[in-house]
Amino acid sequence: MRPRVPRTENRMASQFLQFLISGLTVGATYALAALGFTLIYSASNVINFAQGEFIMLGGMLTVYFTHAGLPLPVAVALAIAVPALVGMLVEKLAIEPAKGAEVVSLIIITIGASLVIRGVIQIWLGKGTFTFEPFTSGAPIVIGGAVLQSQCLWVLGVTAAIVVALWFFFRHTLAGKAILATSCNPVAAQLVGIDTKWVLLVSFALSAAMGAVGGILLTPLTMTSYDVGIMLGLKGFVAAVVGGLGSGLGALAGGLLGGIVEAMAAGYISSAYKDAVPFLLIFVILFFMPRGLFGAKVTERV
Amino acid sequence: MKLRGILLLGAILLLLPLLLPNAFYYDLAVRMAINAVVVLGLNLLIGFAGQISLGHAGFYGIGAYASAILPTQFGWHPLAALAAGALAAAALAALVAKPIFRLRGHYLAMATLGLGIVITIVLKNEAAYTGGPDGMAVPPLALFGFELSGEKQWYWVFAANLMFSVWACSNLMDSPFGRALRALHGSEVASQGAGVDVARYKMAIFVFSAFFASIMGSLAAHYIGFITPNVADFSHSIELVTMVVVGGMASVLGSVVGAVLLTALPQALATFEGWETVAFGVILVLFMVVLPRGLVPTLAARFAR
Repeated sequence: MRPRVPRTENRMASQFLQFLISGLTVGATYALAALGFTLIYSASNVINFAQGEFIMLGGMLTVYFTHAGLPLPVAVALAIAVPALVGMLVEKLAIEPAKGAEVVSLIIITIGASLVIRGVIQIWLGKGTFTFEPFTSGAPIVIGGAVLQSQCLWVLGVTAAIVVALWFFFRHTLAGKAILATSCNPVAAQLVGIDTKWVLLVSFALSAAMGAVGGILLTPLTMTSYDVGIMLGLKGFVAAVVGGLGSGLGALAGGLLGGIVEAMAAGYISSAYKDAVPFLLIFVILFFMPRGLFGAKVTERV
Repeated sequence: MKLRGILLLGAILLLLPLLLPNAFYYDLAVRMAINAVVVLGLNLLIGFAGQISLGHAGFYGIGAYASAILPTQFGWHPLAALAAGALAAAALAALVAKPIFRLRGHYLAMATLGLGIVITIVLKNEAAYTGGPDGMAVPPLALFGFELSGEKQWYWVFAANLMFSVWACSNLMDSPFGRALRALHGSEVASQGAGVDVARYKMAIFVFSAFFASIMGSLAAHYIGFITPNVADFSHSIELVTMVVVGGMASVLGSVVGAVLLTALPQALATFEGWETVAFGVILVLFMVVLPRGLVPTLAARFAR
């Protein structure tokens, strides 16, 4: 027997659950972007401001390929592969030649790359807003009065699968360990025979692919256009910082936390200020936990 | 050498009007000068203190909106509004930076990124005061009963402003304060060992550059006569950082060159019809790959040999 709960309380609980679901869904996308930031940052100390453009590419390319008549799975596969290729191009053409440049210069390079990607898509696919059908057309599930769309399950499920796959990759494969070794100490990694150039290339490809997956998953829920990458990328960056730059677990936690706090603020405080919430979160975190939630305590050698 | 550079700049600024054929070019020159002064302030922070601000346009926006809102809605004198904006920007900078400068690394970049975006969102949403995303008109600047108007009058205001800023910055760099800053950029630990209060110096330069940016935001708002929240947004902040890096970090002349080049570039690229963004991106990447230290320091090193 269910206990009888007063109606208003019941409605509040279901409302809360609804905000939690939408927060987790958006947060999962931020987490994927944040994992991308973290991966590239660990491998090369570059903060890749083009990460958001890969999210945009994922959604926009899926729209383009499905409109071109390809079945959804093929379109999705292409919309992951192309951004991964673009990521490798960015690394090869822009990051690698500038090896040893100052951090500010590297930031400017990634911003230049993001302008190029965004500009090309704007010319090619226009300034319109697009979307495509959810992956599966099931009726939404109702839990405790809150509506859970099937696409939300896709977002959460795929994100979880990617996180597990990444964990496996870094723990149990030689390639993953090579990347970890490079992030610990590039020179030592090179000395034991790791091709650090290859590591950099792979991390860009992986990050881009992860960003694209996030963009593809989110598009049926929130739509996409050539300029969605700016805000999504910045929020992914916030998530990576909140979690502690360089920490995979932190990126995941930061992304989900950012999404939830944003959804709660939109629901209970003001939807006009929801975009400001993750950026306010950064102040709170930096103030109380300067290294982020899971950031490593680093002692700098002089 | 330094004096010669300043005299040369003064001569260029004096003679430039002879070459400017019409109001369009005066306007371009004015915008170059505005950017140059903001970039000078930002370069002190990036080039000398080794810290990045990704939200500097936020401080510029505070100045611009202080000069727009306070005179029209609260009857303030424009100069009082300008001062209030600058003080508010400086106070905000101090508040944000206080906990951050105890840390090493690029935490300021993250915090200022957030700050700039939050300021833009506030400006967009508080439509009762700011006119929302559509922006608002700014009253003209009147001093002692004389109202500044037109590109030509403003040109002299900003030219004088630029001269003063270049002079002040080069002097600042040769002062004990400037030497401490340069030591800081060289090695934070070593300068700390030599008795430089690292956190206090970084803080001072950050607050100073926010103050600079706000004043220029106020003046620019009066000059243009109309502002939108875009003055404070992320892409404007990035433009400013780009000017610093392209011109050359820690170079006074580089700041001016970077501002001039990157203010002119979008005009030059306008002929590309739709491809401006792509072209701008490609040029940025090429610049950073070929001249990672910036234009002026790289050229200076080449000629010194």
